[in-house]
Amino acid sequence: MANVQTPDALLVKNYIAGDENALSILINRHQSKIYGFIYSKLSDRDISDDIFQDTFIKVIKTLKSNSYNEEGKFLPWVMRISHNLIIDHYRRTKKMPMNRETEEFSIFSIMSDNVPNIESKLITAQVENDLRKLIEELPSEQKEVLMMRMYQDLSFKEISEMTGVSINTALGRMRYAIMNLRKVIDKHQIILTN
Amino acid sequence: MAKIYSQEALKGSKVLPKKETIQFLLNYSKALNVIKVGKISIEMMAN
Repeated sequence: MANVQTPDALLVKNYIAGDENALSILINRHQSKIYGFIYSKLSDRDISDDIFQDTFIKVIKTLKSNSYNEEGKFLPWVMRISHNLIIDHYRRTKKMPMNRETEEFSIFSIMSDNVPNIESKLITAQVENDLRKLIEELPSEQKEVLMMRMYQDLSFKEISEMTGVSINTALGRMRYAIMNLRKVIDKHQIILTN
Repeated sequence: MAKIYSQEALKGSKVLPKKETIQFLLNYSKALNVIKVGKISIEMMAN
């Protein structure tokens, strides 16, 4: 039997009409993409939780006050709210984005893991780490598209809506991001294999 | 290429918010009532 998913627009409508369960479905459906997006910008679980919470408080208030514009799509709208809150956070703390690699690839979680292929895990972490560093060197527009596509699993349509460029431009940026990564890898003879 | 190198990262990096955060939001939503009077929105929290 086909798995029919209630569209976001209908869930939003039901929520505005008083169905609290609709909000639960919307949060469960999109929490990974939204939280992943926030975490990718902040690299801190606690602050990411705060921003995620503030994002949905804003969503709830907007929906409950009937101020939601139904023309826009739900996920890009929520992503824009979280994006603005992240910018507010950096403005408040006056800090530049910082990479805390230890949080993502914690050495303690690797050491305390008793799975036999520990060496493979270390190599994988190193490869991921190296790749992240290479991605950080990309021009910001290309990096943004690549992160959204590969790490947040967003479609090019969603990326184009969120970044305010056409789908073709987003595709072009992705292409150049990959080409630039290849160039750097070839130039420095970096081995990214497990 | 990007797919090959990020496959593992995608699997291992699925981060989710805390369950407490989700629960707080659901409770907050149930408790919040917003009434619009003209251009003014009045927020009411049920205890």
